[in-house]
Amino acid sequence: MNAPLTTSSFTSQADVPALHFQQASFTHRGHALLVPTTLTLSGCQRTLIMGPNGAGKSLFMRLAHGLLRPSSGHVSWEGAPPVQAMVFQRPVLLRRSVIDNLIYALAVKRVPRRERKALAWQALEKFGLAALAKRPARVLSGGEQQRLTLARAWLLTPSVLFLDEPTSALDPAAIKAVEDAVNEFHQSGTRIVMTTHDLHQAKRLADDVLFMYGGQVLEHTSAERFFDTPTSSQARAFIRGELVW
Amino acid sequence: MSASDNPFYTALALILGMDSDLIDIVVLSLQVSLVAVLIASALALPVGAALALWRFPGRNGLIVVLNALMGLPPVVAGLCVYLLLSRAGPLGSFGLLFTPSAMVIAQVILVFPIIAALTRQQVEALQHEYAEQLRSLGLTQLRMMPTLLWDARFGLLTVILAGFGRASAEVGAVMIVGGNIDGVTRVMTTSIVLETSKGDLPLALGLGIVLLTLVTLINALAHAVSEAAKRRLG
Amino acid sequence: MKTTTTLITASVCTTALAWSASPLADDDFITLASTTSTENSGLFDAIIPTFTEATGIDVRVVAVGTGQAFEIGRRGDADSLLVHDTAGEEQFVADGYATERLDVMYNDFVIVGPSDDPAGISDSESVADAFARIAESGSPFASRGDDSGTNRAELRLWEDAGVTPQGDWYRELGSGMGPTLNTAAGMDAYTFTDRATWVAFDNPQNLTLLFEGDEALFNQYGSLLLSEERHPHLKHDLAAQWHQWLVSEEGQQAIADFEVGGQQLFFPNAK
Repeated sequence: MNAPLTTSSFTSQADVPALHFQQASFTHRGHALLVPTTLTLSGCQRTLIMGPNGAGKSLFMRLAHGLLRPSSGHVSWEGAPPVQAMVFQRPVLLRRSVIDNLIYALAVKRVPRRERKALAWQALEKFGLAALAKRPARVLSGGEQQRLTLARAWLLTPSVLFLDEPTSALDPAAIKAVEDAVNEFHQSGTRIVMTTHDLHQAKRLADDVLFMYGGQVLEHTSAERFFDTPTSSQARAFIRGELVW
Repeated sequence: MSASDNPFYTALALILGMDSDLIDIVVLSLQVSLVAVLIASALALPVGAALALWRFPGRNGLIVVLNALMGLPPVVAGLCVYLLLSRAGPLGSFGLLFTPSAMVIAQVILVFPIIAALTRQQVEALQHEYAEQLRSLGLTQLRMMPTLLWDARFGLLTVILAGFGRASAEVGAVMIVGGNIDGVTRVMTTSIVLETSKGDLPLALGLGIVLLTLVTLINALAHAVSEAAKRRLG
Repeated sequence: MKTTTTLITASVCTTALAWSASPLADDDFITLASTTSTENSGLFDAIIPTFTEATGIDVRVVAVGTGQAFEIGRRGDADSLLVHDTAGEEQFVADGYATERLDVMYNDFVIVGPSDDPAGISDSESVADAFARIAESGSPFASRGDDSGTNRAELRLWEDAGVTPQGDWYRELGSGMGPTLNTAAGMDAYTFTDRATWVAFDNPQNLTLLFEGDEALFNQYGSLLLSEERHPHLKHDLAAQWHQWLVSEEGQQAIADFEVGGQQLFFPNAK
């Protein structure tokens, strides 16, 4: 009757287009919040963006996702822009039941009405939220809400998933649940771009790392190389746990 | 104060007596105000939401004007509608003057700014919370409107009740455009004015109490519905 | 949520249906612009049913100040006028807004005031004398100040008394007769009113009738037949029936039969 969401619904690993930043910068009221930056995110890795508060990590994400336009330069996808989804630090859910929030996302995607409920239930099962289906989404705990936003993102079958410090407000059990979900996405062929200021989380998840400081991308390298031999002094200080601002 | 002079007794006697004239007046009052609020809401909710979501030149000016019109004196609104609907006026050929329709039109004009201005405020607040996530999901400003309006529904219910309060309480507009015609355009507020001008103050006050009771009941009903919905749905 | 939506839709539809079925759909009525004194006294409640029974025509009364009644007539928003300002009515005909003006009934004006009568007008010889005494004593006087028939009559009488009414004691309210009486009662002031409104008035407090009877207090009511030329859309046939009925034997009798508290308030005097 209804085709279940399988990994083949997602784009295969080779198909995630590359994202190019070409001298992209962002200025607000005269302050350069992101200096002209040129880099490429390609392939299907889990990229973790790290740096102290105010480094510009969230800004970078929003430019990448298309929520903001650069003040100068370009941010563009190679080929057609892929389906993307974003999860925010504080989950944004509508004043409806848990399942209705998912059905809403399917409606936005213009999934035929008959199929919506079944797909929503699948997602609820997958993310362990089935028992909460009829609850008002806003009374869920932080961890449950974040799982719900991930379930919602799942239903969009994104090629790229952006996550902006998704676990900074959660307890350890919830953190683990989110990280597992992120890995699930990744295994289905979704590229992950995620910010964090939790070093251990980065070590657990990152395939490659983008280190930012003061509106500048100081390092863009594989996770191994970053944690073993960081090239910038700020990165070294950060890894030692010294750099907070 | 003798029993017949006590307005509360008068009000009670009015309600229990179920005087057919009074019932007609009450029904007409409710019809006029409820229909006016419905029409005003249908127009003002999308306008308020649009004002919240789109930036355009003159937007701030429009917001200020809308806010100011919340204080439009009913008698001024009534006068303007009278001049429009009078036979000597541009819309005279419709023959709407001195009918309940004219009263509805005048009250729509009074209620529209209240609902639009307060809707804008509510939707704008929600937009700050939701905008990024909704855009991430792929929604355009236009498609955000119904979503935000529905999500703001509890706050908007209060806004609509405020509009209803304004409509059912005003007398200046309906008096001028309705003419307070016995059995045709006489509503609770104009009845109160009439009885006051006849010096029958206890009756006027009694009618006032009946009106207040009615409005309170409607508010209580709306509150109950909203509380039930909140518990069920959040 | 579905039940609530259904409920709301149902009530809206019912209201809309009820509305369309309302008597507004009925065409046999005329709109009569008249004054608050006639309305407040209850005259129309008494005589209109008789007219409707005889002719099947309903009369919808819009009761406003005389000035506003004339304006309504000029704009073509009423089918007929019944007011009490003979000079104004004659001007109205002269200006072409009406084709005919007929005497219908009369009553009189009276002066009411605080029961202790500080200006001592109750034994005045004439209304001019009474007004002069009020002005001299500086007792508070509440005037309608709204350019109504009553107000114009009051101002003419001040002129006859040789007094220019101004000062703290003379309070122009800009109100109809009822509200003016309420305010006068609250201020314990003298005021000039038509007898019909006074007799029907329910909140006299300390006010009592102090002066009456002078010929100059005569108050004539007239009916105006509006011009078909000026406003062709009006219901002239129906309005003509009303106009004729007022001065007919039946109409005049109905007016004479109207009493409040055993008192006849309007006296038919059609020629």
